[in-house]
Amino acid sequence: MAKSDTKIERDHGLSVRMFFTGLALVVLYVIIISVLLSIGVGLVFVIVIAGALIFSQYYFSDKIAMWSMHAKEVTPAQEPKLHEIVDRLCLLANMPKPRVGVAEMDMPNAFATGRTPKHAVVCATRGIMKRLNDEELEAVLAHELSHVAHRDVAVMTIASGVGMLAGLVSRIALWSTLLGGGGRGGRGRGGQNIVLIELATIVISIVIYVIAYMLTMALSRYRELAADRSGAILIGKPSVLASALVHVTGDIGKIPRTDLRKTEGMNSFFFAPALAGGTTAKLFSTHPPLQVRLDALSKLERELNG
Amino acid sequence: MGLRDTLLGRTKQVAPKLDNLFALPTAALTLQSELDLVSSGEAGLCFKAGSGEATTSTDDDLTALLDFDETVKVSITTDDLGFKWLVIDDPDISSLVTRIHGANTTMVEHGFGPRLLCAVFGFVPKTPPGEGDVRMVYLMKQGTFYPFAPTGNEQRNNELELRVRTFLEQDLAMEKELSRWMALWNLPVK
Repeated sequence: MAKSDTKIERDHGLSVRMFFTGLALVVLYVIIISVLLSIGVGLVFVIVIAGALIFSQYYFSDKIAMWSMHAKEVTPAQEPKLHEIVDRLCLLANMPKPRVGVAEMDMPNAFATGRTPKHAVVCATRGIMKRLNDEELEAVLAHELSHVAHRDVAVMTIASGVGMLAGLVSRIALWSTLLGGGGRGGRGRGGQNIVLIELATIVISIVIYVIAYMLTMALSRYRELAADRSGAILIGKPSVLASALVHVTGDIGKIPRTDLRKTEGMNSFFFAPALAGGTTAKLFSTHPPLQVRLDALSKLERELNG
Repeated sequence: MGLRDTLLGRTKQVAPKLDNLFALPTAALTLQSELDLVSSGEAGLCFKAGSGEATTSTDDDLTALLDFDETVKVSITTDDLGFKWLVIDDPDISSLVTRIHGANTTMVEHGFGPRLLCAVFGFVPKTPPGEGDVRMVYLMKQGTFYPFAPTGNEQRNNELELRVRTFLEQDLAMEKELSRWMALWNLPVK
């Protein structure tokens, strides 16, 4: 019953959707740069500031994430089981072992971050370690390690950089309209035209911001599915990851929102989204709905069983 | 991983490297002359059983698949992390290596390749108590060896392990990355 590995590893529909999401983001980059050029002023300034922000977010991603989650790095002596699981998964996948952290919070979740696989950190909350059995915890960690292998921090930083740029453009446009509008109000038609152009710029860049944000979220959802898939293939049992998801997501739904809002900023690196969004929030969600993830995993299970 | 795989969020499954295993019998001679360690006659193969290996859903199926001759003592156990261990008994280190390699090859042919984690060969002092037991662990995906010398109570004799490395560097492909010298507590190989 030898089967070709490539057949299992590839999900063409997922690849195609991811490709077009990425392509749309690149097109947006081009549009934003032309909008910047049409404004003329502040181009270098905008790029330097945005670039520095994006880069530091990328470069310090592990520290920022650990800090905002109050997570502490743990040694093998402190958390032998967690380390043992990560050790084995990394050796199976032949990837460098990331640092391992634990966040002392009851909310069941896990995340992985870091700019490269070598600088990565994988972290589980105390809550998830309590709630899941060893095999399910292993499945969750396999999902997180797949994020590391896919370099999702780099990909998502670049993607959300588009949104940041768009936001900056709209803010700078607004700022110059207010200042420029006050100072040049009496100059007649020429001044009005400039105001109109700048107003149009604001509207356009806000529209771009919303679209860019939606695309980034779509990309994030696709990458979650991709990490589910790679993680499930790594442990060889999609059903175990599915059961972990049900446990974690089921519990998360029951916890009051007030506890969860603290971790809002971390959503896109989580195993399960910390915020339970309504149906209207679907387009702006970092994670695919549970049912979509479970369906994808059971499809994979069928593929593996050939 | 290539750029395309990164952009599309894919990972390739890793195939095991089996060939470096055959250097072990030579290394066993060095272990005996330098550290007075001889083969315990046991070796284990550690792998993660997954879905889809339908023909091998039970341990009996797996034993049948590997098709050892009747003289070989084989047992299969599952450890506390859900990994399966195929343990083989054979007093001769060369044929032990050959059997483990044969089991590996069969498992790769049946699609188990990415699931293989490591093979472990037990070494014990020729004149007990000596300095304690040493397991030589072969990492399948890396194709490298490292020594593991547990001393009970989840402690390991790192000094002895490093000494083993020094003696075997010539004979074996030793794992250079010390962070990969994974601890295997409660392993079923003597």
